[in-house]
Amino acid sequence: MLTALLVMTAVALVLGALLGYASLKFKVEGDPLVEKIDAILPQTQCGQCGFPGCRPYATAIASGEAEINQCPPGGEEGIRKLADLLGREFKALSEEHGVEKPKSVAVIDENTCIGCTLCIQACPVDAIVGAAKQLHTVVAGECTGCELCIAPCPVDCITMAPIVENIDTWKWRYPVIQIKQAA
Amino acid sequence: MLRKLFKFHGGVKPQTNKVQSTTQPIAPVPLPERLVIPLHQAVGGHPRPLVAPGDKVFKGQRIGGADGSLSSAVHASTSGIVRDVAPALMPHTSGLTTLSVVIEPDGEDRWGELDKVNYRTTPPDELRDFLRDAGVVGLGGAVFPSYAKLKPGKEGRLKTLVINGAECEPFITCDDLLMRERAADMLKGIVAMRHMLQAEEVLIGIEDNKPEAVAAVQTAIAASGQTGIEAVAIPTRYPAGGAKQLIRVLTGIEVPHGRRSTDFGVQCFNVGTAYSIFEALEFGRPLISRVVTVAGNVDLPRNYEVLIGTPMDHVVRLSGARADTDRYIMGGPMMGVRLPAFDVPVVKATNCILVGSPALFPPPPPEMPCIRCGECAKACPADLAPFEMYWFSRSKNFGKAQEYHLFDCIECGCCSFVCPSHIPLVDYFRFSKSEIWARERDKSSSDAARDRFEFKNFRQEREKQEKAEKLAAKAAATREKVAADSQAGTANPAAEAPDTAKPTAPSAEDTKRALIAAAMEKARQQKAQVAPKNTEQLSAETQADIDAIEARRAVSAATPPTPDA
Repeated sequence: MLTALLVMTAVALVLGALLGYASLKFKVEGDPLVEKIDAILPQTQCGQCGFPGCRPYATAIASGEAEINQCPPGGEEGIRKLADLLGREFKALSEEHGVEKPKSVAVIDENTCIGCTLCIQACPVDAIVGAAKQLHTVVAGECTGCELCIAPCPVDCITMAPIVENIDTWKWRYPVIQIKQAA
Repeated sequence: MLRKLFKFHGGVKPQTNKVQSTTQPIAPVPLPERLVIPLHQAVGGHPRPLVAPGDKVFKGQRIGGADGSLSSAVHASTSGIVRDVAPALMPHTSGLTTLSVVIEPDGEDRWGELDKVNYRTTPPDELRDFLRDAGVVGLGGAVFPSYAKLKPGKEGRLKTLVINGAECEPFITCDDLLMRERAADMLKGIVAMRHMLQAEEVLIGIEDNKPEAVAAVQTAIAASGQTGIEAVAIPTRYPAGGAKQLIRVLTGIEVPHGRRSTDFGVQCFNVGTAYSIFEALEFGRPLISRVVTVAGNVDLPRNYEVLIGTPMDHVVRLSGARADTDRYIMGGPMMGVRLPAFDVPVVKATNCILVGSPALFPPPPPEMPCIRCGECAKACPADLAPFEMYWFSRSKNFGKAQEYHLFDCIECGCCSFVCPSHIPLVDYFRFSKSEIWARERDKSSSDAARDRFEFKNFRQEREKQEKAEKLAAKAAATREKVAADSQAGTANPAAEAPDTAKPTAPSAEDTKRALIAAAMEKARQQKAQVAPKNTEQLSAETQADIDAIEARRAVSAATPPTPDA
């Protein structure tokens, strides 16, 4: 009886020490869930979700403060991926945060731009180049289409142009499934 | 001598339909009214236009310059006037446009000045640049810039140079006719390639349903006196003309997933490419025309020497398209793509214009469910499991499809050909591939956006910090100076408050007051320095005027103003 107790205690101590050591040795820095959620988000940094950027939104989702349906640029597919990752139910995109739009880039009307640099300061990814009293222009390849530059423009010279399909971005369509007449 | 040949996995034997178009020799095509030459014709970067509307161009003049590390030049196919440089419909299923040069021929067909090189004395790098600027690309269908492939492997030499004359697609006979009629010239191109690659042996693989071509090439080899070059008849089985399949048949080497044939000392070129290399090196002529088969629903199927940019219907008219023609297919029935219009231009990739009609190519029977019979896996020449890839492509589970090596699929169409359920398997694979590419593009652009966003935040933080540090440093410097001044003595003009100037160390309140005093003093000095700027270099008259005004002002200031009314 006593031997059994001693043996069990010894085993418990050894295992406990092992677990304690492992928790120190293999400690996970930061929250890997946030990384995974951030990888799914489209990185437009538009703030439509109500958070200042994609990473804060990812953190909020991970801590349960935000719903998964607040990201219009990610669209339905993004919500589905988040639902899969987090094991939550799919939800339609929340309307108060915006609607899904085709991917666009900002275009500055060069005849109207007065060179005020307000859009440059607003751009989250530094995709607008220009200087005070100099014409500004958008680097189309870096623009995420977040629309944050539109509101600050005092002369309303920025518009969003949908990205046109070209030969490099063209995709084969999903093969049409023929509907057969029964009998 | 009999060479031991090998077999590749799978393959099919569709009806070849080649005899119809081999009865006639290659025919020239009269100049069309206008040529539309797309600038982007080959794999790699988009060439930039070198001409503007209104320019006069000569035949063979470069109109599109190679751009980027992998790109190939484009040339005017005949002499004439550039009418437009604008987007035009391209021969591609998508129906998209691409920047093209529209040339109105002047009928003279006059060559411009051509550069020539001697390939034996020119260093390989210069030779490769020459071929890039001559616009030589792979004419087998992939249109990969040839200069990029004409590099020997790591050892500096190649074991086997494989020349692809298999031409396994049904209906297409352009390589067959080229070998029959121009074997000797093609062989000169092969010898030049062999020299560039330092290849030990050359194997020309030709399917055994082209005995005339095999005989012509063998005669040419014997006549040239070259050793180590052999024309080999290989069994007719589709797709023996696939690069990896032909290498397997001729050398027994199976190029594994993720490796290149050059890793095994083998490189493969098409016979048409060899001929255009001959033209480029011997005469300095860039790639401006190619042999094109017109077959299918026409009265006289045959091969034509077609200038790049010629509208397809202009060529087909010569063969007499029948009334029920409803489509053109570029390439053969197995791998060809349906074109969006009849007047799209012939490009470097156009080996065949297959004229289609509902009678010749009836709509496929309805697609039935996959029963996982495995016929497709038996037929797959790339040793894949198409039914698995189909399953995952259909359900858009792209990660899984990639696990089954979707990107090793050569889209040969054998699986669709044998499928008893008539499933267009290749369509699913093409769809999956382009979706995966699109996702990768999105992924890399969102990663870039994340990096840029994080860098912007970092930069703003840094700027804020730098500003704060600068201010702090400035304040500290002034404080030190004031402290030093007040310690030095009371006769300091900056310290205007006399009570605070004590010889002992100043209290915090005193320092503050001294700082304010110093700032005010500095401001006063600055104000005194600022004088009106437009008073220098005045003319004598203006100076006199100013003096008069000043004098009047002095007088009025001295005498009190008299009440007027």
